[in-house]
Order: sequence, then structure tokens, then C-alpha cells
Amino acid sequence: MAFLHASSPHTHARSTGSTSNVMRTVTLACLPGIVALTVFFGFGSLVNITLCVIFCLGFEAASMALRKREIKFYLNDFSAVVTAILLGIALPPFAPWWLMLTGCFFAIVVAKQLYGGLGFNPFNPAMVAYVVLLISFPLEMTQWLSASVSLTELVPFSDGIQQVFLGSPLSQIDGYTAATPLDVLKQNISLPMDSLYQGNPTFSSARYAGLGWEWVNIGFLAGGIFLLSKKIFTWHAPVAMLVSLTVLSGLFYDGGSSTSSGSPLFHLLSGGTMLGAFFIVTDPVTSAVSTKGRLIYGAAIGALIFIIRTWGNYPDAVAFAVLLMNFAAPFIDYYTLPRTYGHKKANSGRINNS
Amino acid sequence: MRKIWDIPGGVHPAENKSQSNQRPIADIALPKEIVLPLNQHIGAEAIPCVNVGDHVLKGQRIAEAQGFVSAPIHASSSGEVIAIEDRAIPHPSGLSATSIVIALDGKDEWCELQTCEDYSEIKKHDLIQLIRNAGIAGMGGAGFPTSVKLSPRADHVIHTLILNGTECEPYITSDDVFMRESAEDIIAGALLLAQVLGNPETILIGIEDNKPEAIASMQKAAEGSRVEVVSFPTKYPSGGEKQLIQILTGEEVPSGKIPAELGIVLQNIATAAAAYRAIRFGEPLIKRITTVVGESLDVQQNINVLIGTPIAHVLAEHGFQVAQSARLIIGGPMMGHAMEHSDIPVIKTTNCILAPSHAEMPEQPQAQPCIRCGMCAEACPASLLPQQLFWFSQSEDVDKLHSHNLFDCIECGACSFVCPSNIPLVQYYRASKGMIRQHDSEKLKSDRSRERFEFRRERLDKAEAEKEAKRAARKKAAEAAKKKLAEKAAAGEEAPAPVAPKAKAKVIDPATQLKKIERAVSSAQSRVERATTQLNTAKEENEASRVESLEARLKQAELNLSDAKTKLAQHDSTAPVGDPAPAGTPDATSTAASVIKEKIAMSPRDKQEKTIATIKKRIATAEQKYAEAKESGSVTADALQNGIEKLKAKLTTAESELATLPSSETATAQSQPDATVSAADAAIAKAQAKAAELASMSDEEKAKAQIESLKSRLAKAKTRLEKAEAENNENVEAFRTGMEKLEQKLQEKLQEVNS
Repeated sequence: MAFLHASSPHTHARSTGSTSNVMRTVTLACLPGIVALTVFFGFGSLVNITLCVIFCLGFEAASMALRKREIKFYLNDFSAVVTAILLGIALPPFAPWWLMLTGCFFAIVVAKQLYGGLGFNPFNPAMVAYVVLLISFPLEMTQWLSASVSLTELVPFSDGIQQVFLGSPLSQIDGYTAATPLDVLKQNISLPMDSLYQGNPTFSSARYAGLGWEWVNIGFLAGGIFLLSKKIFTWHAPVAMLVSLTVLSGLFYDGGSSTSSGSPLFHLLSGGTMLGAFFIVTDPVTSAVSTKGRLIYGAAIGALIFIIRTWGNYPDAVAFAVLLMNFAAPFIDYYTLPRTYGHKKANSGRINNS
Repeated sequence: MRKIWDIPGGVHPAENKSQSNQRPIADIALPKEIVLPLNQHIGAEAIPCVNVGDHVLKGQRIAEAQGFVSAPIHASSSGEVIAIEDRAIPHPSGLSATSIVIALDGKDEWCELQTCEDYSEIKKHDLIQLIRNAGIAGMGGAGFPTSVKLSPRADHVIHTLILNGTECEPYITSDDVFMRESAEDIIAGALLLAQVLGNPETILIGIEDNKPEAIASMQKAAEGSRVEVVSFPTKYPSGGEKQLIQILTGEEVPSGKIPAELGIVLQNIATAAAAYRAIRFGEPLIKRITTVVGESLDVQQNINVLIGTPIAHVLAEHGFQVAQSARLIIGGPMMGHAMEHSDIPVIKTTNCILAPSHAEMPEQPQAQPCIRCGMCAEACPASLLPQQLFWFSQSEDVDKLHSHNLFDCIECGACSFVCPSNIPLVQYYRASKGMIRQHDSEKLKSDRSRERFEFRRERLDKAEAEKEAKRAARKKAAEAAKKKLAEKAAAGEEAPAPVAPKAKAKVIDPATQLKKIERAVSSAQSRVERATTQLNTAKEENEASRVESLEARLKQAELNLSDAKTKLAQHDSTAPVGDPAPAGTPDATSTAASVIKEKIAMSPRDKQEKTIATIKKRIATAEQKYAEAKESGSVTADALQNGIEKLKAKLTTAESELATLPSSETATAQSQPDATVSAADAAIAKAQAKAAELASMSDEEKAKAQIESLKSRLAKAKTRLEKAEAENNENVEAFRTGMEKLEQKLQEKLQEVNS
């Protein structure tokens, strides 16, 4: 009689579930943000997400086939789907199909599989794709639709599909596109904040950070809190990022002059802040590993976001900030080893005990 | 209420304790045979002290401890030793080990036991010896010999004794039910161990709060004693030695050290009770409580089982259904070892036999990639970074594994338990630890042989250097002697003749000696041969009287021969290699050169000091000679006095020069040329040049030069002779013969050159 020979432990936690479960939960947590996007900007983001999921899974499957791995097993880990959804959300609604195809290629093939697949990528794949596209196709990447006050004002489906597949740009149809709140603030040189908020339609119909955008960010914040409650990740990196962004924007907020860089609330609820804090910064593969490391990692991303938004050339900065800190993650790890049981201090910054 | 501390990390696996802890401890039927492996503990394996065929009684010692960290083995029932052979043992390696197999006679007959009512007066050392003789080893799972743990180093004063009743692993309830049923034994054991350890101030029994009955039972038994029962929240792995110490004292056992370093000794509760029973009733460790649990069994309970009982027998007694069984685990589900078959015995450390069904413990799904989610790091009780260790383990990055403290991993399995990617992390760490241990032992080996080699080379170099130094010293002495000679000449005395021949004799000596010895050997040999032939002929001719004397002669000859041979051998080993005679002149120059080199290598100050010392010496000898000459009224006395004065003047100048020299050695030798030294250098250089010239000359040139010198000597001799004749000196005859000899020599040389 030969029994199964296995290594201990022989049981497994059922509560945490599998990596696929983790990824599925993350997808689920994106829903409130996606709903907000759809309500204010039309179903363009849904089209983006659908196309990106198809492209990403296709590239993932092709890479697995080329690497002679079991395709089904690896597609089942849902990591490609998560990347696709994050990229779809980050791209302007109704982005042209080839833009998404290029983005998905860079995300899955270049940023992930060329490094060895899931767990081996040093950079967040969705952010790599976003930055590649932003630098290569700045025009297409900055065509954000203007948020609509009511659902009746949304872009008709047929117009949207035409832009995606036939390349007839929506920007030629009056009133569909507009500068994002971050753009508006960046280009503002004369108006004090009060009059800017009253005069600009993006701000006048909103409370803190531009029509639609504040709700989109609140949606992602809700998803993030859901993930935290599910213990999918720890609070350290996202909280550190939000705190450092708040502190810096608070320090530099001059009460609303024409050169103001915006209030802390404006920064927290603008652009990709919440998406970045809870869905990008928390990517475990590319972040620092220890709790202390994650605090530093998150705080540095928050600081970089504010710096680039305020003094940089690009209106939003989450992707750049995340990629820059992806570079620094191993370095942070090196200096933030936790103190092990029975050791007087941590081995930080040392190669060897001796 | 005692303060308790929390440990970092930890997990809460399903406890699964109620299957087995609802029934009292049961007994099972005696097996037909028992198998007792010689190594059931950590340390050296025991040595059998019975033979196959011996009849043994229950409790009889059948194997002796070997060394300090070891434990003896006792027969757990009566019967006959039928084999001492390799049998499978419950070890993760699946290897077999030497075991004593006893066929039981079913009588279960005890040997005589030595009981002790009152052991309070027994000395510490004797108690430890008794515990050792009872074969008691840690029963919580590690099996460390208890007597060793009870003998801390003299500088480790034990202030706290902790008994571990935590039992944090799921499924296992052996300690739980044991505490419920035998609390008095455990408390008595605690007090006994405290006595052995010099009565530490604190005696604690730590129990997780998921065992309320056990806590109540222990508290009742501990009432009125110094023993304190402490309960704390249930969390795996609170029962680890290091973790329990942290929970109860807030202290951490330093990495790589033992708890005694902190003044703490920790023992399992069952071990303490076993120690008590060993002292009080003389019972050796031959049985233990084991949890038999799992859904593939009809009966799940705790049993009091004889050590050595085959697990197949235990399973059969519990209605084991093979088809349902997913695996067979010895120990708990977190740290236990899965065994491939059940033909293995219960040993001193077997606290649980777990036979789960397929539904209970499904096979682990294929591992997914690590996404470094960090759940493992949150679960780790040692605050390691399991995800990073996994990474470095895969790449066999030894340095990084060390810097991430791989060896502080207690292999509790909490990381693997929570890993969403189902990675068998602990298995990776075990493999890496094994790899590093092997790597380290190989490194140690190669380091040792390298050290050995280097030491040998150093030794040879040193010997060579010593030889060289001796040689240099000899040369120096020769140089000094020559100098003295030269000085004497300078002081006006004629060169004493015997020095040169003496030196010459010395040079030639080894060769002639060798020849002499060789001759002696050959003659002795021929004598032996002759004696042998004579003896043989005498024997053939039956001349008894002659044979005796010849035999004696042969013996003598042989003796002589061996003597000569040893002399030859000695000579061979001592004689300088190479032909010494013809190389005389160049050798001398090289000696001189080395002395000069030595001198040049010296700092100017040293040189100067040396010069002064030499001058002083010379003055001393000159003064002595002067005194002698004065006494004997020799004519040279005046010349000698003159010389002494000259030397004294030289000394003063040398001393004044020394005073001007910098005391620091940084001054270069060349920048401070010293008159005396440079003069000496020049002289030596000249001599060297001359010698070199001589050496480089062809034979013909040499002969010519010799002829020249002979001619000049002849001329000098002639003038001297004429002078003597004019003065009518009594030595005229001697001068004449000398001149004639010179003339003869010159003729010979001329003839040689011409031929």
C-alpha cells in the first residue's frame, strides 16, 4: 500500500482562496468605478474594456502557446483580464481599436511575458501600455469626452462605434470632447479658483473636482475599500499614497489664487488618483514587499503624482509615478527588511549576516 | 493574571480536535511484534546491548546511549529479540534504520523496577542520570534527549521553566486528553524538573484557550503549588518553542541560540510526566499517548500505545479503510510527514497518526505563479519574507537566502497554508536549507584541506629560511675570520700560515671523507664475502673447529660493514650536494657578495652601529695582543700600539658619524653613504672583481698569472737572500732553499704552459 507522498502542510486555507480568486475579486471591485464612468462618459469605457480583454487574452494565449505552456491553466489565473480592465478604464472612452491593440501588445507581450510571465514583471503592465500609448499617440490619448449632465446627452452608440472601428473622430462632432479638469487647471493662468469653478462648465456643475470625475474616483475608492475588507491587500501602500498626495497638495494650496495647484480634495478626486491608489499601487508583483517598504513605496508615488501634476508637462501623473517607483521597488526592499524573530535588528542593506 | 504577549503572524486552520478528544484514552491489543529503531531521538543512535535470541522483559534496557546527546532504548513488552536489522522508520526521508525487533510473548512481563518514594534528597546529577537512563526524549515531536536540556551550561542560570501544553496543531489532542487525565503526574513532573534545574523562580504551563477542560484539570492539580497555568488565545503556531517563549515572557530566543541563553528551559508536558514516572516508579519511556484520527478510520481517539507498535497494527485496530485514505501522516496536518506505507513503528515522538479521507485533505492543485501578494509574510511567525525566500530559493541565491534569514524559518507551514497560488513554500525552504548545509560542509572540507596545504608550504618555507639563515651565519663567520686575518696583517703581524690550509682542508674534507668511508665499506664488504666463502668451504669440508671461528669472524665483518654503511648514509645526508673543491673561489666571492648585500640592505644607522661594534672588537683583540707582545718583549709591540691608536681614532669618527645619522630608518641607505662601509664595500667589490676575473680567465691565462706572481715572489726572495747574505744572517740557508723551491715551481709551471 503506497500512500500519497506530499510535503507538509497538508491543509490549505480556504478563506484566502486562489490567485484566480484574488484576480476575480479585483475585477469585481472595479465595478463601481466602471459604472460611474459609463454614467458620465457613456459606454465608451465598456467598449474599451471588452476589446482590451479580448486582445489581452489573445496575446496571453499566443504567448503561452509560444512558450509551450498549458494555455488554459494560465488564462485561468485572470491576471490578463485584470490588466485588460485597468487599461480599458485608463484609455479615453471610444479609443480607436488599434490603439487598444497596441496597448494590449505592450502590456501582455512586452511588459509581462517577455519578462517571464505573471510574477516576473518588474513594471505594472497596464501602466507600461498606458505610458507607451501616451507618448506615441498623444492626440488620441487626450481625447476625453466631456462628461454629460444627463444620460440623454451621452454619445450615441453608432457614433462611438464609428470612432472605434472606422476612425471618424468624435472630436469633430461639437460638444463631445472637452479638456479634463486637470487640463483645465493646468492651462489656467489668469483666473482665481473661485471664478474658474464658476465659469468652467466642468467645474460649475460639480462640487470639488470636475463633473463626473469626482464620482468616478469615489467609485474606485469604494472598490478599494471592498478589497481592503476582503484582505486582498494591506492598507499600507494606498493609504501612504493618498496621505502623501493630500499633505503635499495641502502644503502647496494657497487658498485658490490663479496659480494655485488645486486643493487636496481636487487632487484626491481627479484623474486616476483612486484607480491608482487601490488598483495600480497595490499590484503586489511590482511593488515593495514588506509593510515598511510599501509605506515608502506608496508615499513616494503620492509625492511624484503631485510633483508631475503641478510642475510636469503631463496633466495626470499616476502612470509615470507608478513606473518610476516600480524601478525603485527592489531598492526599497533592500533597505526595508523586517526584523526577524531572534534578531536584534533587521538585515537591511546587508548582503550577508556575517 | 499573568501578562501574555502576542506573536506576529500566525494562522487559524480548522482545529479538527473534537473527533478525538471526546473519548477517554484507550488501550489497544498487544501487537505480535514491536520494532524499536535505535534512533528515535535527536543525536547519536543507541548501541544494542542484547543479541538476537535473547529473551527480554518489559522495561529492560536493550540499547545503550552513545555519547552525550543520545538516549537508551527499552523493550516495551516482554518477548524474544528476533532481529536487529534495518527497518523503515517514521522519518520524512522514508529511509530505514537499524531497529531491534521483538516478537512478543503476550505476557507483558515487567522487569524489576527501582521505585523511589522521596526523591527530594537525590542530587541533581543523579536525577539527570536516572532520567537519561530511562531513555526520555522530548515527546512533543522533536525528540531532543531530555537529560541534555536539563544540563544547561554553568553560566546559564535558569529562572523560568515552561511546560508546553499548547498543542496548536489541528487534529492532535494527545496532550489535551493527557492533561485532562494525568494532571497530577504533570505537576509532579514540573516540580521534579524544577528541582533538577535548581528551582527556577517561575514555573509555567502554557495551554491554548481552546482546551478548557485541560486548563481546568491542570489548574486544579496545580493548586497550592508554585506551578502557574497560563492560557492564551489559540493561534497556530503558538506551540513552537520560540513562539511559546515569546507569548509567555515577551522575550525572543536569539537566532541560532537555545532558550537556556535567556535562562529558560521548555519541556513538553508529557515529557515532564514521563520524567516523574521514571524517577518515582522507575518506569522507562516505553509508551506514549498518540492521537489516531482521520475520516478513513472507524474509530478516532487517543490511545496509550507501546513504543515500537507497528502503525499498520494501530490502524487495523481502528477500522482503517484503505480505499478512503488520501494519505498517511505522522504528526499533524501542518508539520507532519506523509509516509508512503504503514509498515513503520510508533516511536517516542509519534504524537499523532492522521489518516484523512480524500474529501478531508484533497490533493493540492498545481501551483500558480507567485504574485508576491504578501499573505505569507503576514502569516509568518518569525517575521520573514517568505515570498522573497521563495524567489531566492528558486535561484539558489545563497547570500540572499542568508541575508533574509532562511535559517530562522521554523518550517511551521503557515506561509504555504495561506498561499493563494498553492506554492509548497516550506518544501522549497527545506530543500534550500539542505543545499546550503551541503554547500557549507563541502566548503568546510575544502577550506580544511587548503589550510593543511598552506600550513605545509609555510612549514617547508620556514625550514628553508632557517637553513638559509644558518648558511648565511656560517658565511659571515668565515668572512669575519678572513677580516681578522687581514687586520692582523695590517697590524704588522705576519699572516699565520695555518689558517689557509685549515680552510682548504675544510673545503676538501667531505670529498675525502666520503672516499674514505666508501673505501671502508668496500673493504668491509670484501671481507664479508671472503669470510662467507671461507665459511662455506669450511662447512663443506666439515671442519667444525674452523667453522666456529669463521662464523665469529663473518659476524664481525658484517658488523663492520653495517657500521660503514650507516656512516656512508650519514655522510650522504649531511654532505653538501655538488662537488665542493673546484668551486672554491667563486663560492667565496658569492659569500662575500651576500654579506655585502646584507650590509647594504641594512639601514645606515644599523650599518654604522655594526661598524662601531666591529671596531671595538678589533680594539679589544689588538689591546690583548699588545699586552701579550709587551710581556714577551716582542718587537711588534710598538706596531700594535700604533694600530690600536689608529683604530681608536677610527672608532671616534665612526661614533660621531653615528650621532649625525637620523635615528629613523626612513633615511635611505644610499643617501647617507658611510665612509667605512663604502670603503669596505669597495674592497669587497675589488676582491669580487678579482675573483671574477680569475674565474673568467682561461687555464692558460691563469697559469700565466701564476707564473707572473711566482716570478715576482722569486725576485723578492732573491733580494731577501742577497740582503741576508750581505748581513750574514743565520737564516741564509733557509732563504736559499725557499728560493730554490720557488725556482723549481716556476720551471714546472713554465713547462705546463708550454706543453
